[in-house]
Amino acid sequence: MTNRIAEDGLLEQAGAPGKKTVEMPVGVPGYTLAQESRDVPVAEPPVWPTNKDLKYVGQSVERYDGAAKVSGQARYTSDVQLPGMLYAKFVNASVPHARIVSIDTAAAEKYPGVRGVHVIQHVLGNAVLRNPALDPVKYPVVRYAGQPIAAVAATTPAAAEEAAALVKVRYDAIPFVVDQNKAREADAPAVFPGAADEAASAGGGGGPTDVKQTGNVHGPSIHRKGEIDQGFKDADVVVEGHYVTQVQTHSALETHGVVADWKPELLTVWASTQGTSSVREELSAFFKIPLTQVRVITEYMGGGFGAKFGAGNPGVVAAALSKKTGSPVRLMLDREEEHLSVGNRPSSDQTLRIGAKKDGTITAIHLVAYGTAGCGTGAGCSGPAANLYKSGSLHTEENDVFINAGPASAMRAPGHPQGAFALEQTIDDLAVKLNMDPIDLRDKTDDHPVRRVERQIVRESDLWKSRNPVAGASPGPIKRGVGLGQSVWYRFVSMNSNAEVRIHKDGSLEVLSGVQDIGSGVKTVMAQILAEQFGVPPSQISVKIGDTNHPQGPDSGGSVTTLSLTPAVRDAAWQASQKFLADIAPGLGATPADLVLVDGEVRSQSGKFDPISFRRAAAKMTTSQIAAQAKRIPDYDPKKYLTYGGVDVAEVEVDTELGRIHVRRVLSVHDCGRPMNPAQTISQINGGIIQGISYTLLENRLLDPVYGLMVNPDLEQYKIVGAREIPEIEVRLVEAYIGQSSTDASGIGEAAGVVSIGAAIGNAVYNAVGVRIRQTPMTPAVVLAALRAPAQGKETA
Amino acid sequence: MSDSAEEKTESGKTADSPRTGVTRRGFLKGAGLTAAGTALLDGVQAFSSETKGGTPASVTELGPGPVPVRLHVNGAEHTVEIEPRTTLAEALRINLGMTGTKIVCDRGVCSGCTVWLDKMPVNSCMTLAIDAVGHHVTTIEGLSSDDKMHPLQAAFVKHDAMQCGFCTPGMVMSCAALLERNPHPSEHEVRHAVSGNLCRCGTYPKIFAATLDVAGTARNA
Repeated sequence: MTNRIAEDGLLEQAGAPGKKTVEMPVGVPGYTLAQESRDVPVAEPPVWPTNKDLKYVGQSVERYDGAAKVSGQARYTSDVQLPGMLYAKFVNASVPHARIVSIDTAAAEKYPGVRGVHVIQHVLGNAVLRNPALDPVKYPVVRYAGQPIAAVAATTPAAAEEAAALVKVRYDAIPFVVDQNKAREADAPAVFPGAADEAASAGGGGGPTDVKQTGNVHGPSIHRKGEIDQGFKDADVVVEGHYVTQVQTHSALETHGVVADWKPELLTVWASTQGTSSVREELSAFFKIPLTQVRVITEYMGGGFGAKFGAGNPGVVAAALSKKTGSPVRLMLDREEEHLSVGNRPSSDQTLRIGAKKDGTITAIHLVAYGTAGCGTGAGCSGPAANLYKSGSLHTEENDVFINAGPASAMRAPGHPQGAFALEQTIDDLAVKLNMDPIDLRDKTDDHPVRRVERQIVRESDLWKSRNPVAGASPGPIKRGVGLGQSVWYRFVSMNSNAEVRIHKDGSLEVLSGVQDIGSGVKTVMAQILAEQFGVPPSQISVKIGDTNHPQGPDSGGSVTTLSLTPAVRDAAWQASQKFLADIAPGLGATPADLVLVDGEVRSQSGKFDPISFRRAAAKMTTSQIAAQAKRIPDYDPKKYLTYGGVDVAEVEVDTELGRIHVRRVLSVHDCGRPMNPAQTISQINGGIIQGISYTLLENRLLDPVYGLMVNPDLEQYKIVGAREIPEIEVRLVEAYIGQSSTDASGIGEAAGVVSIGAAIGNAVYNAVGVRIRQTPMTPAVVLAALRAPAQGKETA
Repeated sequence: MSDSAEEKTESGKTADSPRTGVTRRGFLKGAGLTAAGTALLDGVQAFSSETKGGTPASVTELGPGPVPVRLHVNGAEHTVEIEPRTTLAEALRINLGMTGTKIVCDRGVCSGCTVWLDKMPVNSCMTLAIDAVGHHVTTIEGLSSDDKMHPLQAAFVKHDAMQCGFCTPGMVMSCAALLERNPHPSEHEVRHAVSGNLCRCGTYPKIFAATLDVAGTARNA
């Protein structure tokens, strides 16, 4: 496309000073595409057309760091080796609930190779007592088995591990509870001696702090809209279900951890994190040193899924050990610690009632939910119930139940897989009761313009057409079924999104931001934006990210990265290009307004000179480098289009003799604004579907009620779906322009399948066997129990 | 394991130790390692004694402290000073700085640490470095040659068969080993080959597609 000095798309000066009115594509090409006007700042770059008219953006450009990743050259935090680096190992609580009487580190300190021992005084992550005086002991109270207590730094990993085992901890045991239902009972052991809160964090962990606490029950947090009693009175039919979902751990392949190098003038930390800024801020606050004295680097990181924000216990302990020993310290968790102490997806126990008119109009949605986030909070799951469907009234009550287990953290679409599992199956129950087609019912009650298109695509698909509307109709012991589920997520914008673009005299281009690439491919997208602006292939762009020395980037949680950062990148590229043309114009005997940058060439619109390549033009710069930094400006029309999502369809086979569910095929229809790189977007959707299948059928953190320990803190007994269980997945990516920024990108990480696939499987299982499974994981035992309980099928008939 | 290397192992195969005479468990039970009377371990015959149930007169005990061990990695000889209990994954990553091989579960269930011993894929976290003596070790860093990517690596990039990239080296090594022994696998065979490789980002469909692309095999064949 052409970048002009004169503003493209400028129709008229709007009333507001410094604004212009532009026409932007809005809607879904082929379905609802139209032009809408927006008042935007005058300095904004020209409006991009839809993807089909762009050269690099919207194309499946190869991943920027693909070659580094396939060749083993990509350096992750766990790969960092510094001269003199020590290896640190945590000493973890072996009991689920205790006051610590004493910690004897003498033997560990004398162990060969040991350079330092650190005893933790402030443990991070757990909910905090409103009245801290209720914990009157020297050391933090142990609230879960696996809570870090101390750490040892030594010259080899083996020496650190052996010395850590020599630290003697004396406990004064306190009664514990690890079962969520038992914890709700009046006489259950108290996880905290008084009310405790975990404030909601930027990454999505934590929960409300202004609620009452009764025993271990922290809540309810109540939200009301309309009159729920009247809503049920107005209903012709009422459906109700009780749904139970388990605790899931993130199980990123690279564990949490850092390499910390404390120097008096600068603390440098390599961190496996989703937020370089969040790590810097926590270290600065913890050690009371200015932000300028902390540098955080994340060149590559091996998965986070919501659990990796802030420095956490590994970060502050490694930094403390580095300060104490004068050497760089590496502290990477082992697999067991990763399961126990750095986050999980809370469980849920939901009772959901929905009332509706005969025509499908929903009059009431009532949700009462309990869930455990261990010794933290954040088990709310009302998002889907509150945001997917129109309802005359809404009443949600959410409760956190404390148990003696590691605190939860945000996990991919916090609360939403749980909430959608209940909501979307209940909506299907309603369809059965109203004798309506599940898509017709959703068309009646879901106004979202893009999901309407997505349902149409599903309705016309071969997979949906192959669905037998009569549940349990297929013959034989292995029954086939097809079902769908819908997802919703929200447009969160991080204003901490900055980028700098530099043009060098040799014609090379670079873009810098503190943002980290957690696997979504933001590096590639940044290169594509510069390529589009300067007309050079993305492979010629240098992308430098993952370093707090660069302009601050967003933390990557809640699907904010691409939609927040890319407009700043584009604005910086645009401003740099304008500075560049202004700088070289005199040398070319032209005015800046006469110059355009097209397809890698600088051209004179009036024909003053023959086109010259961008590289040759750059040689005419009067300075060695031209740079522009831009920040994220607010969305153009933040009142509009606040959610997005998708529709997922699953085809299952249920073995009614063995209880096994096999997901054969998935059709996944999703939107995320302007898809910046379809291949990378599809990769994320595949991932959401696969994680969701794993959650629905297999994964389960199991706690032993007698000892209070996790019995499967590994990757063989904690079951995660593998290559042989992956279904055929067809992704249909829906371009959905919303006219909100200079790139009009949205995010996909949360909405991508993980919200809706569990419900789609549940609905497919019902379609296959005529019995509804209201519990995850849907193991063979759960399936067989449901099949053998004849009353259950009738409940929903 | 190559035929020639197998012949060197006096004890031959046993049920517990299909590749060599030393098992990790069996080794760790003892304080050290009985080995032939040379300080530098450079041949598999060094490990034959464990299954004989005694210590022959010509054998001395090594460890538990560091001993020099000669490893043949990616076509080059390296001598590393390691404790005999050191796994191959640790030796590659810590002693040789070849960090492309990832440690994820550290107990042989995720295959993130897959390398080749004489073109057979093994979990290097479950292989003692001394078990690799006398074998040709190939790591992800050695799969490409002269800065030219292996066709499978190029296919992984083309198909975007990665997200965070942490499982990718192990996936590439497992799939490339499959293509070595079966140049035209079916999708079922590809799935089987990576059935031990865990990817948490959920990149499997594109891994299948990339491998089948190199194999020239249609999906679902």
